[in-house]
Amino acid sequence: MPEVLSLNALDARYGDFQALFGVDMTLAEGEVIAIIGANGAGKTTMLRSISGLLKNKPGQIVYRGRPIGGLRADVVAHLGIALVPEGRQLFPSLSVEENLLLGGKVGRPGPWSLEKVYDLFPILKERRRQASTSLSGGQQQMVAIGRALMANPDLVMFDEISLGLAPVVIKSIYDALPGIVGEGMTAMIVEQDILKALSVSSRVYCLQEGRVSLEARTEDVTHDQITQAYFGVVA
Amino acid sequence: MIEWVGAIVQGTLLGGLYALFAAGLSLIFGVMRLVNIAHGDLIVLAAYLGLSTTLMLGVHPFVALIVVMPLMAAIGYALQRGVLNRTLGPDILPPLLVTFGLSVILQNALLEGFTADPQKLNGGAIETASLAVGGLAVGVLPLLTFAIAVAVIAGLQWVFYATALGRGFRAVSDNQDIAQIMGLNKAHVFGLAMALALAVTAIAGILLGMRTSFDPAIGGGRLIFGFEAVIIGGLGNLWGTLAGGVILGVAQTLGAKIDPGYQVLAGHIAFLVVLAVRPNGLFPRVEH
Repeated sequence: MPEVLSLNALDARYGDFQALFGVDMTLAEGEVIAIIGANGAGKTTMLRSISGLLKNKPGQIVYRGRPIGGLRADVVAHLGIALVPEGRQLFPSLSVEENLLLGGKVGRPGPWSLEKVYDLFPILKERRRQASTSLSGGQQQMVAIGRALMANPDLVMFDEISLGLAPVVIKSIYDALPGIVGEGMTAMIVEQDILKALSVSSRVYCLQEGRVSLEARTEDVTHDQITQAYFGVVA
Repeated sequence: MIEWVGAIVQGTLLGGLYALFAAGLSLIFGVMRLVNIAHGDLIVLAAYLGLSTTLMLGVHPFVALIVVMPLMAAIGYALQRGVLNRTLGPDILPPLLVTFGLSVILQNALLEGFTADPQKLNGGAIETASLAVGGLAVGVLPLLTFAIAVAVIAGLQWVFYATALGRGFRAVSDNQDIAQIMGLNKAHVFGLAMALALAVTAIAGILLGMRTSFDPAIGGGRLIFGFEAVIIGGLGNLWGTLAGGVILGVAQTLGAKIDPGYQVLAGHIAFLVVLAVRPNGLFPRVEH
């Protein structure tokens, strides 16, 4: 499978604070990988770097053979990388449908359209005229996912999609994931809920204090390996 | 009695002009949280561009808008991309200082180019025409100004809430980072917002120039009236801005009725009263 994304010794900083140290990672076409790690391990920083919100050296992030580490976020979006941000971050001034339409702003061709998103999450069609902030947390997460899909991305990154949601809602969202990834999309799932993340991915990376502490195939990984990589101690 | 009614009508119509001063200010603040100290001077610049166009082409000031509106929009886009975008950030001081500097530069450039002599745009017969309405003589130009203000605000409202451009404005205003991730280049969106604001400013400048004489130093006063209209109406609400303009205009004409020296003072007092009673303005934007 051709490589979609590779991180090459990625360093990332916020001013003087270095959040990532030499992170190496690869992602093949159609692959779903899970990124796990404790709070502050650098997961969100990594996604912000890939999506262009944090500037890096160009060659540290390569997308389909093209160095993109120094590009602006809107340029990266047009290349086909979408992010479902942590905490949903919908636009409060926009209705549900307007949030989705804004996601389609990049105008890439592909299978996803307003209708298709409404098929995936029918409740959103009922609520499409409402302010996005009037929805429940789970419905807001559906809007955030739909908004990312509307861009018809090649690579979609999910940041903590289960955070703050009720278990039954998390289940319904994860149930929808195969339908999304089945469209040939490559995905990166950042998740606190390790079991959930492992259940939908083929490989897993664990970050610890800004470094990759584990890289494994999901089917091979053991509980002890994860504990060690996650906390840095032997359980 | 009829004189007081007349003053209220005049004030209401004057409020349309103030709303036009304020609309651009309100739009820019709404989209990018930029307080543009040079806004009044940009209105005066538009009046001078109107003057030059009418003199050069021998056309009516309203026809000059065909030149002045795109010109002001282009100036706005270039100004935003070239200068103002660099000042935007977590610190609110740089845009204030830079637009203050811009105000000084504009005033002095206009002084160099046009001298300090008061100028006026010649609107012809429309300036003195009036309609008799129930014993009152209502000027056609003020009436037209008010109608234009309503149309401009309805148009801006439509752009904001019914077009993809407006969706982009609101998205960038809500969350710049996420808007950028959705493929919106905020530098460009801000440029478009400033272009739109200065196109409205062009209309305000032309109407100002037809109504009264102007010179390079009057920008500051127009800025204050615009600010007061925005704040009275409530930030982020364009119809509120129109209401704010009307309240300010009525207060001023009623003040002038009591004593001509009280005109500006009465406006400021009305502003302070509103601020004291409703610090967020009369119609602050309802948060969804």
